[in-house]
Amino acid sequence: MSGPSTYQPQNKVLQWIEKRLPIGGLIHSSFIAYPTPRNLNYWWTFGGILSFMLGVQIITGIVLTMHYTPHVDLAFKSVEASMRDVNYGWLLRYLHANGAAMFFLAVYIHMLRGIYYGSYKEPREVLWILGVIIYGLMMATGFMGYVLVWGQMSFWAATVITNLFSALPGIGEPIVSWLWGGYAVGNPTLNRFYSLHYLLPFVIAGAVVLHVWALHVTGQNNPAGIEPKSDKDTVPFTPYATVKDGFFMVCFCIVLAWFVFYIPNFLGHPDNYIPANPAVTPTHIVPEWYYLPFYAILRAIPDKLLGVGALGASIVVLAFLPWLDTSKVRSARYRPLFRQFFWLFVIVCVALGWLGTKPPEGLSVLLSRILTVYYFAFFLIILPLLGIFEKTKPLPNSISESVLGAKA
Amino acid sequence: MTMQRTIIALTLAGFVAAFGAPAFAQDHDTPQPPRIKWSFSGPFGKFDEAQLQRGFKVFREVCANCHSLDMVAFRNLGDAGALGYSAAQVAAVAAEYKVKDTDDLGNPIERAGRPADHFPSPFANELAAKAQYGVPPPDMSVLAKARTYERGFPWFVFDLITQYQEQGPDYIAALLKGYEDPPKGFALPSGGHYNKYFPGHNIAMPPPLTAGQVTFDDGSPATVEQYAKDVAAFMVWAAEPHMMARKRIGFQVMIFLIVFAGLLYFTKKKVWSDVH
Repeated sequence: MSGPSTYQPQNKVLQWIEKRLPIGGLIHSSFIAYPTPRNLNYWWTFGGILSFMLGVQIITGIVLTMHYTPHVDLAFKSVEASMRDVNYGWLLRYLHANGAAMFFLAVYIHMLRGIYYGSYKEPREVLWILGVIIYGLMMATGFMGYVLVWGQMSFWAATVITNLFSALPGIGEPIVSWLWGGYAVGNPTLNRFYSLHYLLPFVIAGAVVLHVWALHVTGQNNPAGIEPKSDKDTVPFTPYATVKDGFFMVCFCIVLAWFVFYIPNFLGHPDNYIPANPAVTPTHIVPEWYYLPFYAILRAIPDKLLGVGALGASIVVLAFLPWLDTSKVRSARYRPLFRQFFWLFVIVCVALGWLGTKPPEGLSVLLSRILTVYYFAFFLIILPLLGIFEKTKPLPNSISESVLGAKA
Repeated sequence: MTMQRTIIALTLAGFVAAFGAPAFAQDHDTPQPPRIKWSFSGPFGKFDEAQLQRGFKVFREVCANCHSLDMVAFRNLGDAGALGYSAAQVAAVAAEYKVKDTDDLGNPIERAGRPADHFPSPFANELAAKAQYGVPPPDMSVLAKARTYERGFPWFVFDLITQYQEQGPDYIAALLKGYEDPPKGFALPSGGHYNKYFPGHNIAMPPPLTAGQVTFDDGSPATVEQYAKDVAAFMVWAAEPHMMARKRIGFQVMIFLIVFAGLLYFTKKKVWSDVH
């Protein structure tokens, strides 16, 4: 994807194909000869991990589909039956459920790495925005997948989240009925969620292709945050990046396997093992852990419409990051103040996540409000001002100097 | 760096102070269920066949009067990693149940159960189930995964490492023994029963177990304590019948992944040795 390829196959058949469809050259230039900065650390392996997780989710999901019945009376039982009566059905289902959680864990690390090292800055703005779009699609897909189980939390999460649209003045109620396909969350809702949950992963896959394409046009950012200047600054993707990504991917799989085989229900809510019952509301309705910070932001604001607005803004603001961060220096390595605000931001996100699990009363509400203010201030006030006032450290002359200088 | 560390340390300390302390204090009137040593806990945990058989006996003679076990088939009793019943034993258990069916002419009949049948429900429908206590007794198939108690911060973080995931059976075993007279001033609605482990303490289910109610063939004590523990273990099996296979395969997968990661690590070191 980066310019004309120098790929010359030896094999006669491959030469014949290459003259007609240069797919070998595309693969060669994208995944073999593609130059990667030599100073990439392990935080850069999460792109590969995410592609792998998308594959795991699609494959396990397609097989689970073969055993799932999207009907309000049968969905819960069909999920349980697939875990009991299908060969290794429990493995598929636990891989899919925990795989979604690990997918989000990986995407959060990937995003935070992007923020820490300023990977969204010129010329990588489109690459970053494509990433934000993928993240939005992931949130929609994950939410709808959770609803398909049709347990108590599935049903009530669907009710709470779709009801958010009712906050819109005038058009809110008709929109909600339209989303439900009725006057409450019911069979039409489950069926359309099922359809979309099958569709969206392939939309994500398409967006991932664009994301990788954009990446291969600009090249990767790196911990020094400066562009490669000579061949000494880069190494070919294969074998250097492939073996490094491969090693860390297997380490990541160890974490995934820990959840799948030993604590498969740790991340789930026990109430979702109670079949959906529209007549009984759970004491506390909580989303999956990966949505909790946003849920805390939603509940921190007393007005429903403003709360929904804040929830949306907290995600949309990410797309504007390339222009909100005014600093010319990319990497936090050379930005001593930014680094502190960044880690505070990480802590605030985790704390908001914790508050998302608490009933919205007393101290929790107050803390959620303070942390919500910091969440937005980080993007809208701190980042624009830091670029003006922060005294950054001197940048190394080249990537190879930063590597060898550190070693000496 | 020092400044940064200080900020992180202070924030974390504030975090623990703000949330850790209330976690200890909250719900002081609902005690935490005592932790029981289960044979099936941990990475090498296995079901105790004798315990599952005793739990099944308690289920059949007591719980099954009101609770269904929809998702479990008689054949499951003889599966690997289950109660250890032979095919003949499974058939004999199934035959003790009456199952609704139709004959060749389409007339409704009741026939003896077969291994492929699922456990029949004690009630004809949900309204009938609801009639006696006002709420339908929940199906017991996945109940061990659907019940828990709040662990709070920081305990749930430790559970991640220690693999403590028996909150369900711990809670159920405690609940079955948790019936008491309500404390002074507690307004118990009529038809309710006071249980110290039940959230809100007002439970519709009357105390189900009494000492001596079930006689075990293996000479285990006929106490409520023993019944509660055994039936909770049986419910874990019913909810997670492939648990033993899961943990066994999990160990094999772990060994493979760790060895594979080790090989890849040294390959990576070799490949990168000419760069650094």
